[in-house]
Amino acid sequence: MFVTYLRRELAGRRKQTAIVAIGMALAIALVIIVNAVSSGVQLAQSTVLASVYGVGTDITVSQTPAAPTEGEAGTGGPQNFDFGADAGATTDGTTTVSQSRLSVDRGTTAFDAIALDTASGIDNVSAAAATLSLSNTTFDGALPERSTTDTGTAPTGDDAAVGGTPPSGGPDGAGGSSFSVDSFTVLGLDPADDAVGPLSAVSLTDGRSLESADAGTNVAVLDASYATTAELVVGDTVAIAGTDFTVVGLVTASSADAATASNVYIPLDVAQALSGLTDQVTDIYVQAASSTDIEQIQADVEGALPDATVQTQSDLASSVSGSLSSASDLVKNLGLWLSLIVLAAAFLIAILFTISGVTRRTREFGTLKAIGWSNGRIVRQVAGESLVQGLIGGVVGIAVGLAGILVINLVAPTLTAGAATADPASALGGPGGGFGQATVEAATSDIVLQVPVTLSVILIAVGLAVLGGLLAGAIGGWRASRLSPSEALRSIA
Amino acid sequence: MYELTNVTKKYDQGKRSVTALNKVTLSIPDGQMVAIQGPTGGGKSTLLQMLGALDRPSEGTVQLGSSDLSKLGQGPLGEIRAREVGFVFQGFNLIPTLTAQENVETALAPLGVSTPDRTSRAAAALESVGLGERGSHLPAELSGGQQQRVAIARALVKEPAVLLADEPTGNLDEQTRDEIMDLLEGLWRAKGLTLIVVTHDSAVARRAQRRLVIRNGVVREVA
Repeated sequence: MFVTYLRRELAGRRKQTAIVAIGMALAIALVIIVNAVSSGVQLAQSTVLASVYGVGTDITVSQTPAAPTEGEAGTGGPQNFDFGADAGATTDGTTTVSQSRLSVDRGTTAFDAIALDTASGIDNVSAAAATLSLSNTTFDGALPERSTTDTGTAPTGDDAAVGGTPPSGGPDGAGGSSFSVDSFTVLGLDPADDAVGPLSAVSLTDGRSLESADAGTNVAVLDASYATTAELVVGDTVAIAGTDFTVVGLVTASSADAATASNVYIPLDVAQALSGLTDQVTDIYVQAASSTDIEQIQADVEGALPDATVQTQSDLASSVSGSLSSASDLVKNLGLWLSLIVLAAAFLIAILFTISGVTRRTREFGTLKAIGWSNGRIVRQVAGESLVQGLIGGVVGIAVGLAGILVINLVAPTLTAGAATADPASALGGPGGGFGQATVEAATSDIVLQVPVTLSVILIAVGLAVLGGLLAGAIGGWRASRLSPSEALRSIA
Repeated sequence: MYELTNVTKKYDQGKRSVTALNKVTLSIPDGQMVAIQGPTGGGKSTLLQMLGALDRPSEGTVQLGSSDLSKLGQGPLGEIRAREVGFVFQGFNLIPTLTAQENVETALAPLGVSTPDRTSRAAAALESVGLGERGSHLPAELSGGQQQRVAIARALVKEPAVLLADEPTGNLDEQTRDEIMDLLEGLWRAKGLTLIVVTHDSAVARRAQRRLVIRNGVVREVA
């Protein structure tokens, strides 16, 4: 009887069933789309972060540069390239000078590598790796031979009358000069450790990656994009701080759209020796044994390394900028509120229609009570009808939501994303010196937004449909149960 | 057998209290056909609600067989309505979205009757009121007389001891009225029911063995 009555009621009151189901469907479709887009944006953020910080990195540890105290010069400031009187080589009246320097990025501070042992020893840390983030800046200059430009004596006689000897030498042969500055990022890392850290997220496109045996040797792995622009291939040499390194491999980000964390990767000990930062590192990458341990590890690291800046993935996600960040904000704010409002409206519509239906069916329920139907049986009937209306809305909503996700994936909107460095001081313009511009963004990428369909999204949709139906049914059923049969029949009379 | 003793029913209407039944004492033996007449607002329907276990008196007792209806809760009253009392209403009160057959089956739903048994008993009840071929019709597809026949089948399908009819012919023309009353009278005789009919119509009331008039909540026998 329950099923027959329910079927007849829903079929006999098609308009009401359709309105409730459509309202519920719209709300559920919106929730599915917002939820799925949110997952897509999170995936895109993870891709960007993984390309910079590596797969599986839960926490990064860096150190904020200390502000210089009053009267004390900062450790940074403009870099100088000093050349002595005999510097450079002279050929055909032109002196060429060149100097290369490997130093810590502006806004980044190197700290004692013993912090890695401290981080590794913390409970629930499954892996940790340290890197030294550097910038290689090369100054090349060509200027006229000094003897040809010396004008220590005042012009006399005829020379003065004609304005002296015209300048010569230099790259243009007329006494001119030419200077160039080249800068690229270098990351020193432990070649034996590829489980966590920047190289854990890359794909090898040519040659090989760094290996344990590379420690202490002058070998380098290049970002494939950088190698292309610098016209370098495996087997070539690249000069870092005046030392030639053999290019042994090229890597690219696992996501085709993202760049890797650095232009050049070299063994950590070599980077430390060349930069004069023995036993120093700039970043530590920590992997937690479980996602539930992250907060505890963060607190422990902060306790053990009070000067360190400790950031989790969620902290790092906030450093993602560009239209991806805008999309994230849009989903979090507008999308969330919009879906909540539509959901509330759909629930309200379902509840109001159910109450209105109960009121309209006063004679019906009064009659059923008169012939012996219990309150429970009538509540079940009303709740069942609302539940099925909600489920119809849920099924339609899931179909509409999936169609919306399909459309988004077919359109595949491209979002740009920049991942700021983990060190907040870089964004603030720390006191550290550097020839190039401050490294505010380590990687800028175009990410194609792909919206995933997960079982959890479907389950949420079904849950909302059931919840909406039950809520409306419970309230409607409660109203129906309160009807006294005699009053119900008398009110009709 | 009904035994009503000093039954009073009062309704609160705002600050006023209206007495619908005033110390009614009445005995109705099993198998009797009783007609209740009276002016509108005199207390006919209230008396029927007391007899039908739809409401409880403010004072006094209503005894149906061994059950004191004035002392039972809503649950037991519902069970008595489900098993022992059949209702026929002036407006038929059929469920508009259910077919004639399904409307009759609603009376068996609270009794836990199996689906095949329910189907066959409802079909037999419809056959007994002359609507064997109309089981699949919706109420809107039936005439007023046919709808009242369906309502009678619904009231009788559970084989109650008592049939209460509230103006059963009030919405029908004379010819249909007579057909319905013939049907009710025939079923009363055949099944040995206690049949209590509330009516304005003296022609209907004259068919009863016993006639009562209720005015201002007070019941009086008509000779």
